[in-house]
Amino acid sequence: MGIIEIEDLVFEYKKDEEDSVRAIDGVSIDIEAGSFTAIIGRNGSGKSTLAKNINALLLPDGGAVYVDGFDTRDEEGLWEVRQRAGMVFQNPDNQLVAAIVEDDVAFGPENLGIPSESIDERVRGALMAVDMYEYRKKAPHMLSGGQKQRVAIAGVVAMRPKCIVFDEPTAMLDPHGRSEVMEIMKRLHADGITVVLITHFMEEAADADRIIIMNEGRVEMDGPPAEVFRQADRIRALDLSVPIAVELAERLRRRGRDIPAGIIKMEEMVEYLCQ
Amino acid sequence: MSIVVKDLVHTYGAGTPYESLALDKVNMEVADGEFAGLIGHTGSGKSTLVQHLNGILKPDSGQIFIGDVDITAKGVKLTEIRRKIGLLFQYPEYQLFEETVYKDVAFGPLNLGISEEEAEQRVRDALSTVGLDFGKFAERSPFELSGGQKRKAAIAGVIAMKPEVLILDEPTAGLDPKSQADIFDMMARIRAEERIILILISHNMGDVARVCDKVFVMENGRIVLEGPPSEVFSQGELLKSKGLGLPPAAEMIHMMRESGAELPETPLTVDAAVDIIDEYLLKKHDRSLAH
Repeated sequence: MGIIEIEDLVFEYKKDEEDSVRAIDGVSIDIEAGSFTAIIGRNGSGKSTLAKNINALLLPDGGAVYVDGFDTRDEEGLWEVRQRAGMVFQNPDNQLVAAIVEDDVAFGPENLGIPSESIDERVRGALMAVDMYEYRKKAPHMLSGGQKQRVAIAGVVAMRPKCIVFDEPTAMLDPHGRSEVMEIMKRLHADGITVVLITHFMEEAADADRIIIMNEGRVEMDGPPAEVFRQADRIRALDLSVPIAVELAERLRRRGRDIPAGIIKMEEMVEYLCQ
Repeated sequence: MSIVVKDLVHTYGAGTPYESLALDKVNMEVADGEFAGLIGHTGSGKSTLVQHLNGILKPDSGQIFIGDVDITAKGVKLTEIRRKIGLLFQYPEYQLFEETVYKDVAFGPLNLGISEEEAEQRVRDALSTVGLDFGKFAERSPFELSGGQKRKAAIAGVIAMKPEVLILDEPTAGLDPKSQADIFDMMARIRAEERIILILISHNMGDVARVCDKVFVMENGRIVLEGPPSEVFSQGELLKSKGLGLPPAAEMIHMMRESGAELPETPLTVDAAVDIIDEYLLKKHDRSLAH
């Protein structure tokens, strides 16, 4: 049984009484505890809507979503769901609420009604997990984009979630900020947290152990990155692209070079070429 | 038309405890018809600089010449500057507000006092430039569009002003790969048809390397490096020390070099990288036959 179970999910945005847009059209996904799943798909394919259904920001119109066994539709279990499945969004500025970094991270646990001694401990642990402990007394607006996003992640980590859904967490960051946040996601995953990453960066998706491609509210492809990216033409037809290593391998093969299948990361390509 | 920035200085929160020097004697020249890239980590001063170019911010000292006009001089009409310099902010779709795409795109031109007919022509031209079909999109609500379409509609609103300089701040952030490619096709089209100056702010080094003639690297409110992409992106270590990186193709070759491969050139595009690797494999093959 997965930590997140999505069963035949349907979700519609209602414009008025009669008119609605079906954003999720019968999606079933089982996400294993401790896994790292990337969700990709063109703008409007349903990725973010799916993410918001995972932590009960949106509720199903059909089907069901279970987080660690809790049905997201069950109002009584709302905080159980939100505490277990945290969310990190694109813009760190919209996620930071307090004037001091450590107060911001404490905000979530305080809302859970946790005694203040253990809040301090959680805040320290969370800030250390994202390498931001030394900035604990700073004002968030003095931080770089990547640092702000790490504080936002610490705020979620302090809730001790089993799963974190990242919705394009690096879209607004510079290259350094992007790699900082990517490193933190990998570290949290290594620590046992289930990671779901929505992204338009194919290089980031290549780091996951499973890729789900959404298209028109449905799951179009689902598998390990090497398997998914092998189907480059199909991926391009879905308005997506492939990591640079895949593209290089493809073009070198066309010139008669024998590049093994399954190379999707730059490191793998370099290792093969320079062996 | 050209842009010349001379010794531009800007301080945020002057006289408060938060005082910080955002622009520290910036000098910059962009020639007529050039496509310039502006890179630098968050907070390096890129957005502050371009906000001076269209008069949103006033410098503490220094000058900005757009053509022959010093826009920092007293008595310069801001409306005139803003018509000439189109600035597309990050996530411009949040600024769409009209009932229809047509009204949104026509809003700026009508404010210039042009006729309804000319405004319609401009809306048609602008939508065609960004790749939105007039018949299909003009009467739709901007809020019904997809993310990529909204972004294009917002860009059309700036283009319809017929700017002589178009500044785009992270125009592809948050878009899927296909929409990103569409926006770059659009920039190429604007460049070919309008022959205006384009300035692109981006964190995507691959894009900057591919499309720009000239790259400016900012750090701590200064321009610390400038030149054609081939020169700027040959300095990988320096860029990394500034929180930046290399275009993916250059990064790939850089990593191969670190693993011992002897590769003299730094490619900026995937095409160039394929050539370099192909040649490298050929030599390696020959060498192994010789042994």
